[in-house]
Amino acid sequence: MSDIINLTLSALIDKIKKKELSSQEITKAFIARAEKSKDLNTYITTDFENAIEKAKKFDEKGNFDYKLPGVPLAVKDLFCTDNLKTTAGSKILSNFIPSYESTVTQHLWDEGAILLGKLNCDEFAMGSSNETSFFGNVESPVGKKVVPGGSSGGSASALAAKLTPATIGTDTGGSIRQPASFTGTVGLKPTYGSCSRYGIVAFASSLDQAGPMTQDVSDAALMLDVISKYDTKDSTSVNFKRGDYFKSLSSNIKGKKIGIPKEYRVDGMPKEIESLWQDGITLLKNLGAKIIDISLPHTTYALPAYYIVAPAEASSNLARYDGVKYGYRSEGENLISMYENTRSEGFGDEVKRRIMIGTYVLSSGYYDAYYLKAQKIRRLIKNDFDEAYKSVDAILTPSTPSSAFKIGDKTDDPVSMYLNDIFTVPVNLSGLPAISIPAGKDKNNYPLGLQLIGKAFEEQNLLNISYSMEKELSFKNNLQDWWIK
Amino acid sequence: MSKNKEYLIKRGNSEYEVIIGLEVHAQVLSKSKLFSDSPTNFGAEPNTQVSLVDAAFPGMLPVINEFCIKQAVKTGIGLNAAINKKSIFDRKNYFYADLPQGYQISQYKDPIVGEGSILLDLPEGEKKVGIERLHLEQDAGKSIHDIDPQNTLVDLNRSGVALMEIVSKPDLRSPEEVNLYIKKLRSIMRYLGTCDGNMQEGSLRADVNVSIRKIGDKKLGTRCEIKNVNSIKFMQMAIEYEANRQADILEEGGSIDQETRLFDTKKNETRSMRSKEDAHDYRYFPDPDLLPLELTDGFISKIKKEIPELPDEKKKRFVDKFKLTPYEANILVSDIDTSKYFEDVIKNSDIKLATNWITGELFALLNDRNLEISQSPISSKNLSSLINLIKDGTISGKIAKTVFEIMANESKDPKSIIDEKGLKQQSDPKEIEKIVDDVIKENPKNVELFKTGKDKLFGFFVGQVMKKTDGKANPKLVNDILKKKLN
Repeated sequence: MSDIINLTLSALIDKIKKKELSSQEITKAFIARAEKSKDLNTYITTDFENAIEKAKKFDEKGNFDYKLPGVPLAVKDLFCTDNLKTTAGSKILSNFIPSYESTVTQHLWDEGAILLGKLNCDEFAMGSSNETSFFGNVESPVGKKVVPGGSSGGSASALAAKLTPATIGTDTGGSIRQPASFTGTVGLKPTYGSCSRYGIVAFASSLDQAGPMTQDVSDAALMLDVISKYDTKDSTSVNFKRGDYFKSLSSNIKGKKIGIPKEYRVDGMPKEIESLWQDGITLLKNLGAKIIDISLPHTTYALPAYYIVAPAEASSNLARYDGVKYGYRSEGENLISMYENTRSEGFGDEVKRRIMIGTYVLSSGYYDAYYLKAQKIRRLIKNDFDEAYKSVDAILTPSTPSSAFKIGDKTDDPVSMYLNDIFTVPVNLSGLPAISIPAGKDKNNYPLGLQLIGKAFEEQNLLNISYSMEKELSFKNNLQDWWIK
Repeated sequence: MSKNKEYLIKRGNSEYEVIIGLEVHAQVLSKSKLFSDSPTNFGAEPNTQVSLVDAAFPGMLPVINEFCIKQAVKTGIGLNAAINKKSIFDRKNYFYADLPQGYQISQYKDPIVGEGSILLDLPEGEKKVGIERLHLEQDAGKSIHDIDPQNTLVDLNRSGVALMEIVSKPDLRSPEEVNLYIKKLRSIMRYLGTCDGNMQEGSLRADVNVSIRKIGDKKLGTRCEIKNVNSIKFMQMAIEYEANRQADILEEGGSIDQETRLFDTKKNETRSMRSKEDAHDYRYFPDPDLLPLELTDGFISKIKKEIPELPDEKKKRFVDKFKLTPYEANILVSDIDTSKYFEDVIKNSDIKLATNWITGELFALLNDRNLEISQSPISSKNLSSLINLIKDGTISGKIAKTVFEIMANESKDPKSIIDEKGLKQQSDPKEIEKIVDDVIKENPKNVELFKTGKDKLFGFFVGQVMKKTDGKANPKLVNDILKKKLN
């Protein structure tokens, strides 16, 4: 049993294909572990009975040529799943059962994967610690009362705790990479337009992107092969020639030019992050890469621009949760009071904060000063990257300015919470792909991640560089299973 | 333009000019909605034409319907307007029960169509009315307040249907000009097949902006916007009421508040809906779910090739080629089906007669029965034969009217009606001469009087001949023979 849960996704697939393990054995192993790991609060909704049923069917007459043959997977509860409750971590959708499937999850099932259930996340993906979920905090397996990061905190925690062999999250400002960094896992945010947004509960449409969260880089490549597909149902989906990411993985990165942006050396950055970054640079040099100092001069404006653009879009995207058509409703004397009651009771504080910020920055008289200016900054940040990519192939930065913190440490200080995203948001604002890989540990033995940022649509390059680093880093979480009951 | 033809509001010594601008909402003629593939059929059972996108389910995304884009571009070309190769869809944010997304996808700063114009035919000549812009937007659903005493019901069938908002410049000066403007706009869109113009079904409705200013003033007065008026008659009544209301206020030394008003069709008055201060802040911003819409030159030029002959060109052709008066041509081209009918009729028959019969008898008949020309009981083919039977002397114009009436009721071809009822014209000169002789014999006194100079009696003799032939005698022959015999 413990052998099964410790296998990587690709190792599991290998064993299924060789008929050394059945889908049922694997599915049951992960379910058994999830049953014993309830204290982490990773699941919002489980679908275990159906999963076992599907695994049984797969074992009877499954297609072993699939990319994910009979593999059980849990996914972030932001992906709409046909006939299974989808909450986005919010009270307002706590009773919502979609009659449709998101494109990305559909790709998983079309390749033979089996849904285990829906993983906890910050409410509407707004948060960096999974503390804004209506369904409660998620604990990280890396330490008691430690946050797994957010917003894909349930996904990161479940993955690190070996409750699912791999998972998918969504990343609007760092929601895949930051929790991956906090939990010692791999998180990839693909180029905007790679993975369809159809059927994903929207947070900020121009920034949201789904991506894999896995135990290693090969698994990320494998998952990306499955979920990165052009989709006519999403007008922002891009029809570019996708690679064969898993098959094309190569650890030869000799001559690759890696940029080190000076603006990411922020004030007050902990020593351990500083040395993690330096070690990463040394490692890349040893692997034959060329290190080039670069400048991304508008970096400092990224966070404020992000916290205008994202709430602006969110304030509009979340207008549909009004109690009229579906989801939570609190009656009122008239339409307006029904709206007020429903939305006051249905949304949590962080969501309300962002709706208010977003409404404010779009208001007449403030639009130019905030929203329009933020869009201009966004363009400048993108230009910075374009300029840098004239001389480098990828950029190396720390994933986060600090390691995982304790539950409750930052909930009273939204700005310090927002600062967690300082290295990740410029990537979303520019639509670029980026990956976080585990690269070291802090003094508490909590994982630390390094981020590689690539050129648009050049995920293969990003995967290859991180693949070669991963081999040398040989990071191990060494979790003590303290949460198992 | 002569002064006395102007529409002015008089108060004491003051004369006020009325300034009107229209925002017409025209439903795009399209099988499916602007951003989803749901059907757009009118009158379907509530909530049966609704997709997950139209009902704004979580994670649903809009995808532009290319056909609706074509229709908007086509309309723009028909309005002699600039087509913007890049336009942007924005979100107009507001809460309402029949607006599932909590925003309407519309075009704000960058519409698909820019400035254009429409020509109106006024009695005193042509007038060009400026078009400010045309943009695409989604319609909302419908809130129904009068079925359930406790609850408001929502029908989302219309939610997401494509509308073109066509904004005129404040160039209109009277209710009559508004009438002509709407009719011309509708006519152009029907020619293009981009909007059916059906006001009863709500395919065409307008927000009417009205202000007044003293004659000679250059500055525009403060305007009021009358929302969502759905018939030309109501638009005219609303303008009339509103202009007079504003004049009363100004005469009493008051000032006009910029506000949105509603026209109460039962009381025939406008009343305040909300003031400028209460105006919504729609928080427009570009819809991040949709990329800017970029049109290629090829796309536009392909549509240009599909543009049919429009009313103005057709009118010119009718005048030049068929020698119609501008007035006649106007009537015949104003509706595309009428112009088609006319051209079908004149393929094989006399133009002048066709013009008279269509604008006279046929229009009277359709009007009487409240029918569109497409529903006419008399086909263009049958009217053409009827005209040919007049032209070749088979029947007289008078008999033709009888035949026309029968055709209107029985939808038969005129030849068989004439044969059945024996209505054929008597054109044998010998036959007619005999009858003329009989009439002269029977009325010696009148013959005497006629010869002493009572010319008017000629009509009496014609009448007598017609009476004896049941009106079937060829009038020209009767005239000729009578003249010969009596003189």
